[in-house]
Amino acid sequence: MTEKTIASVAEHVLANPKFAHLVRTRNRYAAVLTLLVVVIYFGYILLVAFNKPFLAQKLGEGWVTTLGIPLGLGVIVLTIAITVFYVHVANTRFDAMAAELLKEAGK
Amino acid sequence: MMSTINPNRALCALLIAAFVGFFLRSVDVFAAGADLGATQKQVTNWVAIAMFIGFIGITLWITKWASKKTRTAADFYTAGGGITGFQNGLAIAGDYMSAASFLGISGLVFASGFDGLIFSIGWLVGWPVITFLMAERLRNLGRFTFADVAGYRFSQTPIRIFAACGSLVVVLFYMIAQMVGAGQLIKLLFGLDYLVAVISVGGLMTAYVLFGGMTATTWVQIIKAVLLLMGATFMALAVLWQFHFSPEALFAKAVEVHAKKDAIMAPGGLIKDPVSAVSVGLALMFGTAGLPHILMRFFTVPSAKEARKSVAWATTWIGYFYILTFIIGFGAIVLLTQNPVAYFVNGDITQGLQGGGNMAAVHLANAVGGNVFLGFISAVAFATILAVVAGLTLSGASAVAHDLYATVIKKGKADSWAELRVSKITTVCLGLVAIVLGVVFEKQNVAFMVMLAFAVACSANFPVLFMSVLWKNCTTRGAVTGGFVGLVLSVTLTVLSPAVWEAALGNSVGSAWFPYASPALFSMTAAFITIWLVSITDRSEQAKKERALFTAQHIRSETGLGASSTTSH
Repeated sequence: MTEKTIASVAEHVLANPKFAHLVRTRNRYAAVLTLLVVVIYFGYILLVAFNKPFLAQKLGEGWVTTLGIPLGLGVIVLTIAITVFYVHVANTRFDAMAAELLKEAGK
Repeated sequence: MMSTINPNRALCALLIAAFVGFFLRSVDVFAAGADLGATQKQVTNWVAIAMFIGFIGITLWITKWASKKTRTAADFYTAGGGITGFQNGLAIAGDYMSAASFLGISGLVFASGFDGLIFSIGWLVGWPVITFLMAERLRNLGRFTFADVAGYRFSQTPIRIFAACGSLVVVLFYMIAQMVGAGQLIKLLFGLDYLVAVISVGGLMTAYVLFGGMTATTWVQIIKAVLLLMGATFMALAVLWQFHFSPEALFAKAVEVHAKKDAIMAPGGLIKDPVSAVSVGLALMFGTAGLPHILMRFFTVPSAKEARKSVAWATTWIGYFYILTFIIGFGAIVLLTQNPVAYFVNGDITQGLQGGGNMAAVHLANAVGGNVFLGFISAVAFATILAVVAGLTLSGASAVAHDLYATVIKKGKADSWAELRVSKITTVCLGLVAIVLGVVFEKQNVAFMVMLAFAVACSANFPVLFMSVLWKNCTTRGAVTGGFVGLVLSVTLTVLSPAVWEAALGNSVGSAWFPYASPALFSMTAAFITIWLVSITDRSEQAKKERALFTAQHIRSETGLGASSTTSH
């Protein structure tokens, strides 16, 4: 693609209301999920800093495993899950929206 | 210079030199060990050396194959953009799972249990941030370095000079930590001299990068990641098998035999004050998104889709790996104390592990798999360091050749061949620098270096990238000023913090000017505020032009329109 055709396609993309929709949707996902990760991670870290006894409580009578361990592993698993979730949405929905935009602009 | 040497012949010479050097030194040390008898604790481990030589042989063979495919600057920096998302995910994981995290975290779990988990969580949470904010935009806007992205609509000379400084500072600090760690580790594992170890690492990684560029580096990282994940999985399963796959039974036994008893199941002294906790957390979370050798990996895939797949895979592997290190640490607590004579200094548990606390995973390898598996894990640990320093060197070389030489000095008019030549010269220089730094810092406390690299990455590189890509009003003046404020402040505050001022420079305890464990909270905030303030007050003509260019950049970053596709020539 030459500079000129890129510029003309870009103009069409910008004029298409679907572009604003794509940007809005993606930004909303990114913001909400980033916030979620921040809350989960710093929530855990602040628990460690301020409420050690909470994390140190045993899972049950006669248990050795403390609540902090499943919670910590949960943070790891959740981090992976959130990442995979975003990638799935972006690779299917967002990419389809972007492809549609470029196709409509190319006409 | 480089081009007059036949790469294949040079590679063969290097290979032979490495082999001969290894054998000679090993025989030497082995003889000395035999003479000294029992005082030489880490006798040369022949199985480990054999496996390690096998690894070197395979990787050099790959390098030779890759050298045929490395013809242009694009091949050198990005493997021609032909790496798949899955492969790149493994390579990123290979870049990130350093020997420090494998041995360090399992050692931390061995020493204090639960605290190791807090640590590994911190190292993981940077990945979703990269995924949501950076990965696809990097791929859509950039070609070779993160400066391509940050400087998309900016005045090239200042932004490239900043990006090269930010990259090189991060690369050098990270490299010092790896080289010193490598020297110490190899000394312990293979019974080789520190100097020989540092020279071998420096020489081998230079060979990978110099002849094989990104293709060889990527495959070294993939092989290493697969071996490390396999080895760690085997160890964790071997531990759990002994407890009928009941973590509770493993923990119960660990509490019974550990000196700290119940305390290993609860948070201990890792987090002392909330400000440090938040500051370290920020450095880890946003620093990952500013590490040049990680960012560079996103240019090796053909599309934004593959870039996203790579982070999904990388995050999965890294998270899985951290869960394994936690089990390995607890397994070491239980299994190593059953045989104190073999693993502890003078056979006394209270005197600590032979070779230091970081050797927990290595000793456990021996406990669950005997000498052969010990050799395997030792070889994997060495391979890990090689892969990480190769990635660092490549990103340093690209900063010098692509950002400084091709863009600043040649104003974008350098041909691919000349740029490639500068990359190769820089690679050799960085290899030498790495060896020299490894030697200079041998006796220094380098524990703070990796944290410093993360602090600089999150205070200088990340804010500039973030603001230039997502904020319309950001200008060259704002980005460069803010970036340098973050860079200088994060380095200065780290030097004035207890880890450097007291532990590394030897000043009295309590004399540190800056009391917290990481400067990120302050330096990153300062960088963002400076970028914002300088940008909104920038009324120059250039600023107007840059703001006008945002729309085009925005469309490209969101849709991939005009993004460089597979950049083969």
